[in-house]
Amino acid sequence: MSVDEKTVRRIAHLARIAVADDEVAPLQGELNAILAFVEQLSAVDVTGVEAMTSVTPMAMKKRKDVVTDGGRAVDVVANAPETEDHYFLVPKVVE
Amino acid sequence: MTAPVNPKKLIKGAEHDWEVVIGMEIHAQVTSRSKLFSGASTEFGAEPNDHVSLVDAAMPGMLPVINEECVAQAVRTGLGLKAQINHRSVFDRKNYFYPDLPQGYQISQYKDPIVGEGEVVVDLLDGESITVGIERLHLEQDAGKSLHDQNPTQSFVDLNRSGVALMEIVSRPDLRSSEEARAYVTKLRTILRYLGTCDGDMEKGSLRADVNVSVRLPGQPLGTRCEIKNVNSIRFIGQAIESEARRQIAIIEDGGTIAQETRLYDPSKGETRSMRSKEEAHDYRYFPDPDLLPLEFDQAYVDALAEGLPELPDAKKARLIADFGLSPYDANVLVAERASADYYEAVAAKRDGKAAANWVINELFGRLNKEGLGIEATPVSADQLGQIIDLIGEGVISGKIAKDLFEIVWTEGGDPRAVVEARGMKQVTDTGAIEAAIDDIVAKNPDKVQQAKEKPTLLGWFVGQTMKATGGKANPAAVNALLKSKLGID
Repeated sequence: MSVDEKTVRRIAHLARIAVADDEVAPLQGELNAILAFVEQLSAVDVTGVEAMTSVTPMAMKKRKDVVTDGGRAVDVVANAPETEDHYFLVPKVVE
Repeated sequence: MTAPVNPKKLIKGAEHDWEVVIGMEIHAQVTSRSKLFSGASTEFGAEPNDHVSLVDAAMPGMLPVINEECVAQAVRTGLGLKAQINHRSVFDRKNYFYPDLPQGYQISQYKDPIVGEGEVVVDLLDGESITVGIERLHLEQDAGKSLHDQNPTQSFVDLNRSGVALMEIVSRPDLRSSEEARAYVTKLRTILRYLGTCDGDMEKGSLRADVNVSVRLPGQPLGTRCEIKNVNSIRFIGQAIESEARRQIAIIEDGGTIAQETRLYDPSKGETRSMRSKEEAHDYRYFPDPDLLPLEFDQAYVDALAEGLPELPDAKKARLIADFGLSPYDANVLVAERASADYYEAVAAKRDGKAAANWVINELFGRLNKEGLGIEATPVSADQLGQIIDLIGEGVISGKIAKDLFEIVWTEGGDPRAVVEARGMKQVTDTGAIEAAIDDIVAKNPDKVQQAKEKPTLLGWFVGQTMKATGGKANPAAVNALLKSKLGID
């Protein structure tokens, strides 16, 4: 598996990362090197082996349905560049 | 999918009759106190960003911990939809950027949802019913809310809704008209409300629909579909489908083709329009969320939840028909809300079920609708209405007087039996008193008596006069019988 220049630009756009024209070719090389490295895994025969999503044999921890948090709007918006009445303000996005 | 085409449901184009094919994705807000992955409150209407934990605001290092009640609610809903419950499901990240999605991804379920295939039986107005396939139900986070009308250059973002649990319920493309689509959402809403897993309040956004619409000539393969996003009332769902189907038909009949796209319904214009900005955003790059282990439970857990489920609308409807001899239509009306059915059952207990249904549906619901009240706010209790029906049954009051009595109990309250006593509303069954009234009328109207012998329909005039003379309290059957013998009509 390898990526072309168009795919590199597309992935960058989807991730909202600005990539200059002269960065595309080096990035394409790096991504393809990574993909080739990972591709070695396909040499392993995994027929009949269930996909593993966790290395620890444990059940997911669950929480009781009680309100334990909130009431901290000041903290929530503390890092925002712009706020009003505890709303975040962002450049207009509208359909 | 294989249901025969019903010609009545086709939409007429300029050249052909078209079949509309509809599938729906319903987003139902899970009824829970706290959010899907955080301890912040889900309560509606708080001050901006007041019900937000640092998890919901996606602060670095914050980790999601699942709310066990949200899991239980999803399983209950799956059971209510007679669906496959998956003992193992996986949470994935759905990646996209929007200001009200602080994580940059929504935690959702993609390949392995908690609930698989099920079905909903939908009753239509003409008494027909259809079975709509459910493809899946999965748990996911809601996004925050953006306000665009506060400021000309900026949008305001409130994350109170961010992280609230949603159930996305995906139907198969089994619906063939806007009426079917509306009936499906109505029925699904009823089931969710019975289960107590979603309050179904569309005004508050607790239930929102994405509607997939395509058209085709009957018997042809499915056409290209357009998705109408976020329709927030049952009426608008119907309107959006009608206008979108006609738009597609006009394009195809003009020789054009339908582009698959996301559209919005504008209720003020009564038409759908393209949401171009979402076009390229459809590459969500799902992958399993590394912060969450797979969600696993055993059959015993499912069985325990199944045991706690209430009687659901279909079962209740069947029981009302069997136990009280109700028509399917009346039974449908009564089971639409659990509180209505409970009220009816309280009235009908040990009484004539059909009479109880008539009073509850025609008089009580009619009056509640007129006043814009729900069954919870009824001023006439089930016990009071039951007494009114008993008084008719015992022959103490006539059906007509009963309506007056209902009105009095509605506005003034009180014990119906005592009201009848105090206001002298008792029906006159004493034939002597009725006879005296009739004799008086006959004596005063010799010409009418003569006419009545030739034209028996004039009997109605005499009945009216007698009722008037007795203050409406005469037993109508007794009046009829006496008049017929006095006037010599058979």
